[in-house]
Amino acid sequence: MSTAEFEDVMDLDIEGAEASTVHPVGPTEMAARDLSVWFGRRKVLEGVNIAFPKNTVTALIGPSGCGKSTFIRTLNRLHELIPGAALAGSVLYEGKDIYDAAVDPVQIRLQIGMVFQKPNPFPSMTIRGNVLAGLKLSGMKRENHDDIVEQTLTAAGLWNEVKDRLGTAAGDLSGGQQQRLVIARALAVQPHVLLMDEPCSALDPASTLKIEETIRELSKEVTIIIVTHNMQQAVRVSDYTAFFLAEEGTPGHVVEQGETTKIFGNPREQRTLDYVNGRFG
Amino acid sequence: MGGKTGLVPDASQLALRDLQSAATSHRGDRVFTRTVAAAAFTSLLVLAGIAIFLGLQAIPAFQTQGWSFLTTTGWDINTTPPTVGIFGMLYGSVLLSVVGLVIAVPAAILLAIFMVFLSPPRLSRILTNLIDLMAAIPSVILGLWAFYILNPTAEEWQVLLNKYLGWIPIFENTSGNFLGTPFIAGFVLAIMMIPIITAVTREVLSRTPPDLINASEALGCSLWTMLRYVALPYGRGGIVGGIMLGLGRALGETIAVFFVLKLVYETNWDKIIESGGGSVATLIVSRFGEVSGPLELQLLLAAGFFLFIMTLIVNVIANLIVSRTGRLQK
Ligand SMILES: Nc1ncnc2c1ncn2[C@@H]1O[C@H](COP(=O)(O)OP(=O)(O)OP(=O)(O)O)[C@@H](O)[C@H]1O
Ligand SMILES: [Mg+2]
Repeated sequence: MSTAEFEDVMDLDIEGAEASTVHPVGPTEMAARDLSVWFGRRKVLEGVNIAFPKNTVTALIGPSGCGKSTFIRTLNRLHELIPGAALAGSVLYEGKDIYDAAVDPVQIRLQIGMVFQKPNPFPSMTIRGNVLAGLKLSGMKRENHDDIVEQTLTAAGLWNEVKDRLGTAAGDLSGGQQQRLVIARALAVQPHVLLMDEPCSALDPASTLKIEETIRELSKEVTIIIVTHNMQQAVRVSDYTAFFLAEEGTPGHVVEQGETTKIFGNPREQRTLDYVNGRFG
Repeated sequence: MGGKTGLVPDASQLALRDLQSAATSHRGDRVFTRTVAAAAFTSLLVLAGIAIFLGLQAIPAFQTQGWSFLTTTGWDINTTPPTVGIFGMLYGSVLLSVVGLVIAVPAAILLAIFMVFLSPPRLSRILTNLIDLMAAIPSVILGLWAFYILNPTAEEWQVLLNKYLGWIPIFENTSGNFLGTPFIAGFVLAIMMIPIITAVTREVLSRTPPDLINASEALGCSLWTMLRYVALPYGRGGIVGGIMLGLGRALGETIAVFFVLKLVYETNWDKIIESGGGSVATLIVSRFGEVSGPLELQLLLAAGFFLFIMTLIVNVIANLIVSRTGRLQK
């Protein structure tokens, strides 16, 4: 795609944003354009257009089954690994379509990291081994592994708790610690974007707050896209929010998106208002 | 609990409640536990019974032969005392198994990887059934097949091996006879081991937690790196266990080897494509029908005893390996 076309995308007239007084600051890091997604013959997402400004946090909210996980997995090309998965439209990352034939999905997944709902450290590896796993698995070369371990664990808010036992099994950590370890692991390959699919839903409130702090801190350097069912969490951590909905037998789509304060304070759509106030979903 | 008495129980007793007996205090659990224990005990008894029977039979033979029974190779009953030693046979059993493993392990693991991660589900169901069928082939049939069908083909492979890799000592052949070689016997053993190792490996790999597969995919790794760093380490204990199960079958295999191996009463150290090799089980079956007298029978039973001991040792080593595979990766 040409630069001109990309500028076009950056100026994309985002629904909801038009009503907002504040415009996205900085350049767009990622954007989905007219994205539709299928599993086999079933269309689960239709015409999704979202732009993610650089170094901001965007929350994706919506009832269960509306396609949030599916959407987030198209952003780093994990979706295509599912047999029968298909998609139309494009996903732009730093101006380029990541589904372009010339693009190496491995490079995409390294630059666009992901954290899943259930903490998934490699149990047969040590804490240190886990942090460095991305380098090892992808064959990426980086110097000073000790520094990387300390920096990423610090960034993930875990360093003080594990600095004396880096050589022990990752499986011995608590769920919340494991999730922060997984975040450190994702950071070690220096991603520009971090996708998080309900990263706190398996955790206790204290761990959740820790991770939210981590997210806020990380967003100074990384663009974060987070799926959450927790409305307070969306308000606490995100700058922008997109509300997904799949009504009665139709594919999921974005009902409304914009600044988080706007979506939660004064949404344009009645359905958004109902959802964020817990009246359905 | 003995020891201290008094109204106030000692703190350590309070802290260390007997959780085991609490867990089995339910009546049904107790019955079940005892039944299982009895079954386990019975199999131990049978095992011990076999060992004792063979051991007793082996004593007289061992007395006449001494340690040379284990350290020399030969089977000449007609000299006095008979010049008999089974070293070459024990060694031969191991050599055939090693040849078999070298062929079977990579084949089985690749097959399992294909079935779990690459093939369409339908194809992998068909393969699963085929492989299970393969495991059910009686070894005598396999032996016959090997004798008539495999032999001529394998002869050609070995000629090629010798032609191109003959400079490696194990592929030397000076006799020009490529039949009855450890290679062919090992190949037959591999065919017997492949279904077992494949089935276990497939099962283990298919249990790789999807979370971990997700994690490695999201870190941008290819199928091969995922296998190398995630799935194979995760399943290593089970895979080694499967290999050992296969090895257990190979070490004691008698009939199939009997059909294709030229049994020679000397030690073939490493010439795997040279005609002639040893195998304890095959020695026993080939001599048993035509024993010259009670002495030879005792010698054969003694050979059986040591085959039994050897398989036991292999199994113990296998267990040690399996129990040590939980090691952490740095
Ligand atoms: N691997 C798959 N194969 C077929 N259909 C799938 C697959 N994964 C998800 N779906 C379907 O796609 C739709 C969207 O699922 P998705 O997991 O994206 O929802 P979600 O918004 O993340 O829900 P939740 O909030 O419960 O996580 C659902 O109807 C689901 O049944
Ligand atoms: Mg989901």
